[in-house]
Amino acid sequence: MSLYYLQKVLYELNRDAGVQQQYLDDVESLLGKYTLTEEERTALKKPDIGLLYVLGVNGQILMHFAAFHKIEWDDYLQSMRDGVTEHGAVRAGVYAMTGGGDNFTKDTEAKQEVD
Amino acid sequence: MALVYAGVCSHAPGITARAERADPVVRDEFYANLEIMRQDIKNSGAEALIVVGAEHFANFFMNNMPAFCIGMGDEYSGPIEDPDWLKIQPHKVPGSPELSMRIISEVMQTVDTAFAEEWKFDHGIMVPLHFLTPDYDLPIIPVNINCQGPPLTPLHRAWEFGEALRRACDAVPEKVALVGTGGISHWPATPDSGKINEEWDRDFLEKFKRNDKDAMLAYDDVQTYNDAGQGGFEIRTFIATAAAAKGATADVHFFAPIPIFAVGCTCARFNL
Repeated sequence: MSLYYLQKVLYELNRDAGVQQQYLDDVESLLGKYTLTEEERTALKKPDIGLLYVLGVNGQILMHFAAFHKIEWDDYLQSMRDGVTEHGAVRAGVYAMTGGGDNFTKDTEAKQEVD
Repeated sequence: MALVYAGVCSHAPGITARAERADPVVRDEFYANLEIMRQDIKNSGAEALIVVGAEHFANFFMNNMPAFCIGMGDEYSGPIEDPDWLKIQPHKVPGSPELSMRIISEVMQTVDTAFAEEWKFDHGIMVPLHFLTPDYDLPIIPVNINCQGPPLTPLHRAWEFGEALRRACDAVPEKVALVGTGGISHWPATPDSGKINEEWDRDFLEKFKRNDKDAMLAYDDVQTYNDAGQGGFEIRTFIATAAAAKGATADVHFFAPIPIFAVGCTCARFNL
């Protein structure tokens, strides 16, 4: 478990187009610079948003990474729920799921459909 | 000269990124109130705008996390997010390094702030600027309070920082505006995104409106996390702005929960 470095990869990637290019061109050498477990390395490469979430990556860091991968908003939220279903509760940090997996945006959507 | 405007607004990325999915009536009323803020700032004659934000790991990380930081750059850039996702295109934003230096020097008389000549804006500053200075022509002085990486800046320190910012604004000849930006209750970027504790928000805003220092500083992070989510930690930006308003009361001219924006959207100005 090396959550600090797992988040640091994403922090540096999120803010730097050069690191983003390296991620696309040669992800192995990029990740080689950080102290990561095999599970973390795999989750970063896939990318496995659900597992990264469960490992404790801060949601703000993860949201930007999902946007980099052009993951749609609803798919991003669902990936995190699926991650919790598959891997269990969030293991660290302050971005745990506390709403029991409910979808809190559907009220807005439903209202618009009625309108 | 002095602080000529102080207000707060929300900054959630959904405000621009997911605009088309919100109830158009509420959304447009919110946008109209952001436009009122833009006009108020313009009418104040402000020569620079301090944005007290709660950034989300765009510049600061747990390798060297400042409790406070003030920008001192010639220019800034943003957003760091994918522009098609945030629906805000990349922009250069002018700074005012010489004014920054004088403000930082004054703040440092009482608060150990960090400073930065480089700063990349994330949605936390870009979303407010998109509405408040849409031509990116007003010099910006970005300010950050650590609301993200525990241990967080204590609330009473955020207050003292706001007081120091006010002293600094009053000590310079320029007209300066200040906008605090953060969420009240919200659970951003989690599966619970869209959850909003409206009752908690309205209770906080009552204390904020009357600039009740003791009531605002009585919040406890554990309780805030339980009642208002990790996004509730961003009340630090509201508290610092209230302190900068030096006892003035606030007019909350818009508040409405907009779940697809993931926050109770807020616009307020202080009666300086």
